[in-house]
Amino acid sequence: MSHIFPKSANKLPLQIIIFVLVLVGVVTAATTYYATPKYTRIGYAPVQPVPFSHALHAGQLGIDCRYCHVGVDKGATSTVPTAQTCMNCHNQILPDSPALAPVRESFASGDPIKWVKVHQVPDYVYFNHAVHVNRGISCVECHGKVNEMEVVRHEKPLSMGFCLDCHRDPASHVRPLDQITNLNWTPAQASEHAKWAQDFVKNNHITPPQSCTGCHR
Amino acid sequence: MRYAYLVLAFVVVATVSILGFRGSTSTKPPLEVFPDMDRQAKYKPQAASAFFADGRADRPIPPGVVARGDLRDDAHLYTGKAADGSFASGFPSSLSIDARFLELGRARYNVSCLPCHGAVGDGNGITKSYGMGATPTYHDDRLRNMPEGEIYNTIVHGKGNMLSYADKLNAEERWAVIAYVRALQRAQTGTLNDVPASHKSELGIQ
Repeated sequence: MSHIFPKSANKLPLQIIIFVLVLVGVVTAATTYYATPKYTRIGYAPVQPVPFSHALHAGQLGIDCRYCHVGVDKGATSTVPTAQTCMNCHNQILPDSPALAPVRESFASGDPIKWVKVHQVPDYVYFNHAVHVNRGISCVECHGKVNEMEVVRHEKPLSMGFCLDCHRDPASHVRPLDQITNLNWTPAQASEHAKWAQDFVKNNHITPPQSCTGCHR
Repeated sequence: MRYAYLVLAFVVVATVSILGFRGSTSTKPPLEVFPDMDRQAKYKPQAASAFFADGRADRPIPPGVVARGDLRDDAHLYTGKAADGSFASGFPSSLSIDARFLELGRARYNVSCLPCHGAVGDGNGITKSYGMGATPTYHDDRLRNMPEGEIYNTIVHGKGNMLSYADKLNAEERWAVIAYVRALQRAQTGTLNDVPASHKSELGIQ
């Protein structure tokens, strides 16, 4: 009658508490690691209907980003080019390539090529490309070195923390306006550039919003 | 209690094996962990639409529609043609041809024209070595004497193998590019007399 529970049962409540604490720690760590765009978005490289290589066009040929993405310094959207943009060259260069069949089809019919969107912010984020590229923020800040990518790959998290890092400290991200689409640009002298950047931010009244309504509405 | 830790260890190993590590390349669309209002029932630019027959959310402008403040009644500015229908010479009077305008022209030329026409307008752009047909040089009498309006017309409608660039350059940018092309042409015919006296010593002449 006196030995219903073994003596070790005395330690059980403490052991359970320790296990629960460990469990909470593991779940917290897993959530922090996985439930963030650093895990969910980075590395996304969808298969596109045409195997277009940015490394060849923007890198090797040195074609400016804005040759195709014309809307980027004029409006909120960096427009995906029409098939006609491709045909400017490909009516003569590789005019019969099977890889370009969807382009020719789209150019003839007027129906757009179904490109897969890689960088997609949530619908409650109102990002404006023009205000960024016209204020010294290069494409590379959010898109990575696209000029070296055979297949476009999501390089940056594009999370709210990512946006705010820059909005709190624009001076360490701005560059001269004629180098916006030069993704390989680095300042010749870091200390001189830092001073230039401070002045650039001040003179152009660059005050990135940190309030909710800056980006959400 | 040991079993509980073993199960936990197994779950951790299984999770890491299934989900992998940060930054690994994947062709699968990103998982949206808290999808609350990430995707809303609204159209965004260049998006797809299940409603319209052609499947696009962007609607083409019906013929004849004029946006407010965008009547385009200046024929010289918007078509490059004079009142009698011939190509106009010179620049539209509403534009001021100054250093800022030429800078705009240079910027747009280097983006949209340079790949084929080359940095100095000699037709030796990068595309030439990849099989682009002969791109004419700007530096002959035919193009030096071509009215500005005809160059404008070529930018808007294309010519020969060159397609239209109307969707890439707006009216002001087209005229700015023409001004820059004129500057490129002028640069090729410079003589020593064009060098300002204050800069002659830099070139070792005097």
